[in-house]
Amino acid sequence: MHLPQNGIINISGRCLKLTKIPFTLGKEIPFTLGKNSVYLNYSTAILLYLSRKYNTPDHWYPSDIQKRARVDEYLSWHHANIRANAPKTMWIKVLIPLFTGQPLPSEKLQEVMEGLSTSLKQFEERFLQDKAFIIGSEISLADLVAIVELMQPVGVGCDIFEDRPRLREWRRRVEDAVGKELFFQAHEMILNIKELSNIQIDPQLKEQLAPVLMKMLK
Amino acid sequence: MGLELYLDLLSQPCRALYIFARSNNIPFEFKKVQLAKGQHKTEEFRKVNVLMKVPALKDGSFTLAESIAILLYLVQKFKTPDHWYPSDLQKRARVDEYLSWQHANIRAKGSKLFLTKVMLPLITGQPLPPEKQEFITEELNVALKQFEEKFLQDKPFIAGSEVSLADIVALVELMQPVCAGYDLFEERPKLKEWRRRVEEAVGKELFQEAHQDIMNIKNLTADQLAPELMENFKQQLLKQF
Repeated sequence: MHLPQNGIINISGRCLKLTKIPFTLGKEIPFTLGKNSVYLNYSTAILLYLSRKYNTPDHWYPSDIQKRARVDEYLSWHHANIRANAPKTMWIKVLIPLFTGQPLPSEKLQEVMEGLSTSLKQFEERFLQDKAFIIGSEISLADLVAIVELMQPVGVGCDIFEDRPRLREWRRRVEDAVGKELFFQAHEMILNIKELSNIQIDPQLKEQLAPVLMKMLK
Repeated sequence: MGLELYLDLLSQPCRALYIFARSNNIPFEFKKVQLAKGQHKTEEFRKVNVLMKVPALKDGSFTLAESIAILLYLVQKFKTPDHWYPSDLQKRARVDEYLSWQHANIRAKGSKLFLTKVMLPLITGQPLPPEKQEFITEELNVALKQFEEKFLQDKPFIAGSEVSLADIVALVELMQPVCAGYDLFEERPKLKEWRRRVEEAVGKELFQEAHQDIMNIKNLTADQLAPELMENFKQQLLKQF
């Protein structure tokens, strides 16, 4: 299976989950998703696998033990922090109303944004600090994993970069490092996510998924 | 000054580190950080980990947080036997896959059960309403099913025929709900067998030792918790659950 250049993987099964893996090598990489790969929390594992199999440039996952540890540290922390909140903005503002036909109370979004704010503070203070990228002067998998998650609130109108100049600068550097064109290609769907609100969803599918989606927010 | 590991064995990730390091005879100084006494919030500890969480590592001037990152660091630095983090690309990917998935699943749901069953009543004086507790147990059951069906399957260990980091990380997390009173191994013979294998692989005695504190958690009383912590914790728990 050839992954399209914009690298969006649709996961079938109980949850419709949209995420993406920008392929910064700028070429198509033959890619097989195991038939059991229903959950995209594997994306870290997939990134590591690809970087090893294709011998990508060292800075993505440095061989230097301390630099590598910094990448691992971020990739680990990311799950319970940025990743716990950032995607919810998309669910709350677009996907859940799409499937349930109802908007969600604004307190829900407020709650999520507060959680995200705390994580962003820690991200700036502990992981990014005054460096160009998370591990120092070069981009790594950590920056990639972080940025794609943070683009989700941006896509639904919660511009978390607006009042955060340091993060804004970092984002610009990440975009430059992967290539602006590829970056925007990968984020095309996310940045136009509101268009999803106009699509018709099969009513049976709606019925099936609505309770699952509501549970996700608990 | 050698390697220092900042640990409280009540914490699952701390136990994973402790077991791994001891099992591989990695020399380290055990720096106890008592969570119940709020020692993770001291200025001194903040210098080691600004996120104020255990476990943390200090190796000379190098500090590191996040148990997974620390485990991988130790694997590389001390060149532990291959099976812990196999050099075979696909086997390694299986370990990475589990280590990545577990945060939001086994770890999150197991911790939730422990917090609501043990800490919440201790701190607020009241248990969670039974339906809510039931719901939380069900969530863990779902994760356990996924663990058995996707990650363990019919293999002796997660990565295949040999124990790896994934098994240690998984088992220490499962011990948390067990110690809270939910014997999840009881009706799951496959998991029970896997647990026995992992304990044997790391050393039964070491495993027991690492779990001594958490196994006695029911003896913890409210007066043993630092008062500053109580209020903070109370707010957090009530908000979440």
